[in-house]
Amino acid sequence: MFEVIFLQFLNGLDKGGAYALIALGLTLVFGTLGVVNFAHGALFMLGAFCAVLFRQLITFETVTIDPTKLSPWGAPLEVRAPLVQTWFGDFGAVLVNYSVPFSILLTIPVMLVIGIALERGIIKHFYKRPHAEQILVTFGLAIVAQEIIKSFFGPNPIPQPMPEGLRGAADIGAWLGMQANVITYPIWRLVYFLFAGVIIGGVFAFLQFTTFGLVVRAGMADRETVGLLGINIDRRFTIMFGLAAVVAGMAGVMYTPLLPPNYHIGMDFLVLSFVVVVVGGMGSLPGAVAAGFLLGILQSFASMTQIKAIVPGIDQIIIYLVAVVILLVRPRGLFGRRGVMEA
Amino acid sequence: MLAMSRNDLLLFLGFTIAVLAMPIWLQPFGAAYPDLLQRFTIYAILAVGFNILFGLTGYLSFGHAAFFGVGSYAAVWSFKLLSMDAIPAMAFAIVVSGIFALLIGYVSLRRSGIYFSILTLAFAQMSYNLAYSVLTPITNGETGLQLDLADPRYLDRAFSAAPAGLPSPTLLGAPLTGYAGFYFCAGFLIIAFFIAQRITGSPFGMMLKGIKSNQTRMNYTGFNTKPYTLAAFVISGMYAGLAGALLAITDPLAGAERMQWTASGEVVLMTILGGAGTLVGPVIGAWLIKYFENIFSAINDSILTRFFAFLPEGADHVAVTIASKFVGEGWFLTLGLVFVLIVVFLPGGIMEGVRRIVGLFNRSGKTPRHTPAQVQPAE
Repeated sequence: MFEVIFLQFLNGLDKGGAYALIALGLTLVFGTLGVVNFAHGALFMLGAFCAVLFRQLITFETVTIDPTKLSPWGAPLEVRAPLVQTWFGDFGAVLVNYSVPFSILLTIPVMLVIGIALERGIIKHFYKRPHAEQILVTFGLAIVAQEIIKSFFGPNPIPQPMPEGLRGAADIGAWLGMQANVITYPIWRLVYFLFAGVIIGGVFAFLQFTTFGLVVRAGMADRETVGLLGINIDRRFTIMFGLAAVVAGMAGVMYTPLLPPNYHIGMDFLVLSFVVVVVGGMGSLPGAVAAGFLLGILQSFASMTQIKAIVPGIDQIIIYLVAVVILLVRPRGLFGRRGVMEA
Repeated sequence: MLAMSRNDLLLFLGFTIAVLAMPIWLQPFGAAYPDLLQRFTIYAILAVGFNILFGLTGYLSFGHAAFFGVGSYAAVWSFKLLSMDAIPAMAFAIVVSGIFALLIGYVSLRRSGIYFSILTLAFAQMSYNLAYSVLTPITNGETGLQLDLADPRYLDRAFSAAPAGLPSPTLLGAPLTGYAGFYFCAGFLIIAFFIAQRITGSPFGMMLKGIKSNQTRMNYTGFNTKPYTLAAFVISGMYAGLAGALLAITDPLAGAERMQWTASGEVVLMTILGGAGTLVGPVIGAWLIKYFENIFSAINDSILTRFFAFLPEGADHVAVTIASKFVGEGWFLTLGLVFVLIVVFLPGGIMEGVRRIVGLFNRSGKTPRHTPAQVQPAE
């Protein structure tokens, strides 16, 4: 029994990690700019498609016809050589194999530019407008992003292979000194969980231990006073929006081997991430992270066959159910500060 | 009921004539065929109902499609169990969606602002997920609920023997296909519009507008605002149920995708595009979106090539390639862009645009009758 529970706990971690990363970005944007960003899921999706694009770029092949070799049917054989491999040799092969993690290098600048452009171009005009209008404009932006991706990459999911060395399952039970082959867990999910942990830790460290982070935190607490001290707080908040976009994008990149991305993957995650933010408490960064993992794990437990036998369909609605209960019983969420969006 | 002001009466009469004459004045636009006209009226009812909630009280529901879907399911079940007549189907749909809205509204309205939006979204997603999974016996899951030869139809069977083949919905024995179906829906749109107009002008409507501009002050004045918002929520849910039932009457089939949050988003788009808080705006928004959805989705590359044929060689290829991203499959891209532009530049929708243009011409003459609805909440 303990093994079963432990396994379900592990199963919730990777999804929880994705929820936590998206919710973290949402909360950063809400805490700094006060904007309810319905386009955040689209940023997750754009990140995932950065990985797709990167892979398409590096697997670009040259096809030469080799007349000396013949196929079994007697036709000249086509020789396909990925350009990267002809240029870089063995390193090229590694690059193709580890395309998903390497595409983070592409994702970071792309998402940073998209995020900053979005904030400067459109969202900055909406600070003073009601939340309903912020929701509407970001919702419109999300549709636009989604449709652009759909028109370039098509409506079908595009599977991304896991790196060769990270396929298969890890025998976690044996590592912890338990019986072998009882608790096995796909390695990539473990990687995703660790990755989420590193990113979350990085964001917190950045906010906690750098001067920039100090100023941003001060701005979150009292924007006007920080502005009066002669600090250009708007520019820092813009950068924070870019950072949130990067976090969402990286979360999307690393999730591609687990779930082949299609154009509406962002919206699927967005609805859940909003629920996560609300459960954690609007504007609370630790709340977003904790609620993300909590809901991921809860969802994993709810999809156990034993539990589904008692309450059919619970795995489909558990997250929403928790959100409804939390909103009604404790409106500011698990970790929310008093007075922040407590209406 | 007859105590309408002259302006209201003119608006109502004008609207009635416009709706009834749709098969005529839509002829030049190539949209005057019953199937599309039925959709025009049905989505207009949905948008008018949504506007009673969002336009008057300011509560932005992101889960309105749930009521639409429930209405469809209820109507199809009435077809299956009771009778192929449209009236019991609609009555059943309105009652069921009203009860559903009462339950969801009672819970969701305990919060306001973004929390309300998220709560309604959560409830709608829950209904959608359940309709797809556990509730398959009721909703028939992915296939969608359809009529079946083995349906009992107790009321019909009490009067007549089972006909051969699948029956289609009727109104007191008369078939509801083609233009008959359109005029049936149009009649309900006119009634729905009339009720919405009466609500807007009534003390109840004033109360709702008061809630929109400053709920706190309403509470301080001694009003309990909760019953009013709940009533608005239920009324607008019933409108959605009626629209869903009409959709099921014109095409007896109900699927879960009608409840998905993209469908809810579409209603929001219609209302905002036309102009939230106005009477005619949501109707215009619904018509425009459904019209352009129909037109744009039908355009393909060969039509575009003919359209851009006047351009020099090469340039027309570029134009076709760019334009083809925005039509056909890409219609939603156009919709999203238009929507963003509307929210950024014209938050009041098309009706505000009209008002601004009228204001330009009126500047020299007498002062405009409508004072701008700028409400400055006193802090």
